[in-house]
Amino acid sequence: MATISDPPERGFRLSQLIFDTRYRSMTIQVVAMVLIGLLLSWLISNTIHNLEALGKDFNFGFLSQPAGYDINQQLIDYNNQMTHGRAALVGILNTLLVAVLGCALATVLGVIAGVLRLSNNWVVSRLTAVYVEGFRNVPLLLWIVLIFALMTESMPSPRDFRGEDGSSMLLGESVAITNRGVYIPNVVFSRSLGGNEIAAPEPEAPAAAATPGTNMAGTYGASRIATGGAGVQTGQNDTAAGSGSASGDGAAGGAEVGEVIPTSSFWDWLLIITVLIAGGIGAKFLGKRAARIQEATGKRPMTLPLQIAAILVPLIVVLVGLGASLDKPELGGFNFDGGVHLRNSLIALWLALSLYTGAFIAEIVRGGILAISNGQTEAAYALGLRPGTTMNLVILPQALRVIIPPLISQFLNLTKNSSLAIAVGYMDVRSTLGGITINQTGRELEGMLLLGLFYLVLSLLISGVMNVYNSSVKLKER
Amino acid sequence: MSDTHAQTVPFVRDTMLDQQDPPLTQIGAVKWIRENLFSSWLNILLTLLSLWVIYAALSHLLPWALRGIWDASNLSECRALAAERYGADASVACWAVLAERWPQLVFGFFPKELYWRPILAFLLFLAAVAPVLFSSVPRKILWVTALAPFLLFWLIWGGSLWGPIAAVLGFVISWAIMTYAAPKIGALLSVILAIVVPVVYWLFVCGPLADALASVVPLALQPVATQKMGGFLLATIIGVSGIVLSLPLGILLALGRQSDMFIINKFSVAFIEIIRGVPLIVWLFTASLLLNYFLPPGTNFDLMLRVIIMVTLFSAAYIAEVVRGGLAALPKGQYEAADALGLDYWKSMRLIILPQALKISIPGIVNTFIGLFKDTTLVVFIGLLDPIGLSSSIRASTDWNGVYWELFVFIGLCFFIFCFSMGRYSLFLEKKLRREHR
Repeated sequence: MATISDPPERGFRLSQLIFDTRYRSMTIQVVAMVLIGLLLSWLISNTIHNLEALGKDFNFGFLSQPAGYDINQQLIDYNNQMTHGRAALVGILNTLLVAVLGCALATVLGVIAGVLRLSNNWVVSRLTAVYVEGFRNVPLLLWIVLIFALMTESMPSPRDFRGEDGSSMLLGESVAITNRGVYIPNVVFSRSLGGNEIAAPEPEAPAAAATPGTNMAGTYGASRIATGGAGVQTGQNDTAAGSGSASGDGAAGGAEVGEVIPTSSFWDWLLIITVLIAGGIGAKFLGKRAARIQEATGKRPMTLPLQIAAILVPLIVVLVGLGASLDKPELGGFNFDGGVHLRNSLIALWLALSLYTGAFIAEIVRGGILAISNGQTEAAYALGLRPGTTMNLVILPQALRVIIPPLISQFLNLTKNSSLAIAVGYMDVRSTLGGITINQTGRELEGMLLLGLFYLVLSLLISGVMNVYNSSVKLKER
Repeated sequence: MSDTHAQTVPFVRDTMLDQQDPPLTQIGAVKWIRENLFSSWLNILLTLLSLWVIYAALSHLLPWALRGIWDASNLSECRALAAERYGADASVACWAVLAERWPQLVFGFFPKELYWRPILAFLLFLAAVAPVLFSSVPRKILWVTALAPFLLFWLIWGGSLWGPIAAVLGFVISWAIMTYAAPKIGALLSVILAIVVPVVYWLFVCGPLADALASVVPLALQPVATQKMGGFLLATIIGVSGIVLSLPLGILLALGRQSDMFIINKFSVAFIEIIRGVPLIVWLFTASLLLNYFLPPGTNFDLMLRVIIMVTLFSAAYIAEVVRGGLAALPKGQYEAADALGLDYWKSMRLIILPQALKISIPGIVNTFIGLFKDTTLVVFIGLLDPIGLSSSIRASTDWNGVYWELFVFIGLCFFIFCFSMGRYSLFLEKKLRREHR
C-alpha cells in the first residue's frame, strides 16, 4: 500500500543556505552585515591613517578655546574672548530663531494661499497660483539673494529719514525700513529683573562722539533681537536730546541724570512667557469646565470673556509690575538708535524661507481640503451648520489629518534650508561652528560631525514632536 | 344637478410662447463675472485687492522690462542710453548684460570654439530621454538612450572615445554571460558571474585596453577640464546625473526599508534618516572638506564627481521615502497574489508591485527631481560656478558692477521653465497612467 509520508529527513546541506528560502534570508543578512562592516572599517581605518599622516588627533578640545571672532547677531551674551563652544551656541540659537520665525510665517502664508487658491474668485485663485508656481519652481537660494538685494539696494538709507520730504517711518513713527535693516520698537522695563542701570552724570557729548556711539549701537543693536539680550545701552545717552519721545516716561534716550534706564533682560521675557503659558493653560481649563457643565446640564456658561481675561489680566499685571514701555527707534547720528534692529540678513532669510515654504504648504493645504469629499460639506449644510462652522467643525478636523504629515516635513525642510544663511552672511550654526570655527582651528572632521549631529537631532526632535501631535489628531478607529 | 359645468372650456394653451433669451445678467460674461468676481462683499473686496496687486506689480515691472536697453557694452553706457531715451531718472532694465554675457551664464568658461559640443550633447540628451518620457516615440530610439551616457560624457569632457567604448564593453560582457552562460551554469551562478566579471574587467582590463586602442586608432576630442564648466551646463550635468542615478538607488533603499530582513531594514532606515536629517549644504561641505579623510591616502577625484555622488545619495534617500509611501499604499492582496502565482521576490517586485507603486509615487518622485535640480545651485558654496555664482562674478567685473535684477530674472526664468515643465510632465503622466475609473 502506497503511503503518503513526509520525504525522508535529510541532513543540512550547505547548498540550502542559498537555495532554501528558510535559510537564504539569513545568508543574505550575514553577507550584508559582513560587507557593511568591511566598508565601515575601511572608511574608519582610512580616516585614522589620514589623520595620522596629517599629524592631527581627534578631540573636541577646541570647543573650549577662545574663539576670537565676532558675531554680529547674538541672542545671548557673547564676545570674541569667549569659547568656540559658546560661539556655536550663539549660532545654534540664531538657527533656531530663524527656523521658528520662518515656520510660523510660512504656516500663515501657506494656509491663506491654500484656501485662496480654492476660492471661487477667478482673479484671486489665479494670483495665488502664480505665487505658488513662481516660488516653487525657482531655487530658494535665488529668492534669498534676491530679497537681500531688494532690502539693501532699494530701501532708503537711514539718512533719507532726515528732513521733511524724506522717507517716513511706519506705524506712528515706530518702524523704519532702511537699507541696513528694519528697526522696530523694543519693549523695555524700568524695573527689570536683570537689574537696571542708573544714568550716570556724563560730560556733554561732543558731536564727534556720535560715530563711536553709533558703532556701539550697531554692535549692541544686534544683541537686542527677540529676547532683548543683555541690553546695556548706556552708549545711547548722547543721542536723544529733545526727541520728545512718544513713549514718554523715560525711554532709554530721554533718561536724565539719576534716572533709571529701562532695559530688558532674559529673565523678564522668561517671566512673561511663563505667565502667558500659565494663562493659556488656565483658559483651556475654563473651556474644559464649560464643556463639562454643558454635557451635564445642556447649558454652556459664557467662557470667552473669562478665557480672554485669564490670559490678559496676569500679563498686564506683570507688564505694569515690570514697568514696561516701548523703546522706539530714533534717528540719531548716522543711524537709528533704540528699538530692535532686525538685520537685512535675518529679514531676507526669514522672508525667503517663509515665502518659499509657504508655497509648498499652500499646496498641502489645498490638497488636504480637496481630499475631504464634498458630501461632508453637504451633510453639514443639511444639518443646518453655517459655512464658517462647517469649516471649523467638519472640514478642517478631517483635512488636518491629511495635512499634518507633509506639513511636518515642510517644517523640517525649512529648518534645514536655514543653513542657506551662508548666502547672506547670517551667522547661523553653519557659519559659526561649521564655518569660522573650522577655518580657525582646522578641525574639519570634528566640526562637521557636531554640525551634522546638531541638524540630525533637531530634525528628529521636530518630527518626534509633530508626530505626537499627529497621533493626537488622527482618526481614532476601533 | 349641481353647479358643475358640463362643458368646461379646456384651459389649455394652443400656441407656444416664443423662446426668450435669459436675462442679461444670467448669461455670458456678465453672469461669469457676477458669479466669480462679485458674488459677495468678501469676494468683491478680494477681487479689488488682487486687481490692485496686479496693477501695482505690472505698472512697475512692465515699463522696466519692456523699455529695457539691449545694446550697450557696460552699465554706465546702459544708463546713459536710458537717460537719453527716457529722461534722466527713468528706471529701466539693462538687458544688455544678458546679450553680452549669456554664453557665460549657460556654458561657464567652456572654450568658446567648443560650444557645439554641449549643444550637440543637449540634443543627444533630448533624443535619449524622448523614448523614456513619451511612449509615442519609436522604441528603436531606446538604443540611443542606452548609449547616450557614454557619448554624453565623451562629448562634454572630451578625451579619447575608446574610454567610453571600453566601459560599454563591460556591460556587453555582463549581458553575454546572462544570455549564453545561464543555461549551462545555472541562474544563480550566472548572476554572480555577471556582476563579478565586469567589475574585475573595469578595474583591471578596461583602462589598459582603452589606452592600447587609442594608441592604434586615435579618436579623441580636445579634453575640457571640469573647472571650466559652469552655469546651466553645470547645473544640468549635476541635476541629470543625480536624477538618473538616484532613482534606482532610491528604489533599492525603499525595498530595503520594507524588507523583513532585520539588518538590511535597519541599515536602510539609518541611511535614509541620517541623510535626510542633515541639510544638503552640510553634505556638500563634507564632500569638499572631508571626503579625502575617508578614502585611501592619495585619492583625489574631481569635485564635480563628489558633488554628483552626494547629490545622488541625498535625493535617493528622499526618493526612498516617496517610493515607500507608494509601496505601503498598495493593497496587501497584490503582494499575496504575486506570492500565489509563485513568483520569486524580484519577479513579483518587477512585474507586479513596483509598476503600481511607482505609478502612485510619480508626483512625489518628480517633486524630488525638481528639488534636486533647484538644489544644484548650492554648489556655489563649495566653489563651483553655477548660474548664481556666475551672476556674482559678472557683477564683480567693472563693466557690470551694480546689475542685479536682470541676472536674477534671467536665472529665475530659466529654472522656472525647467522645473515648471517637469511638474507639467508629471501631471501628464498621472493622467496617462490613471487606470481606475473615477
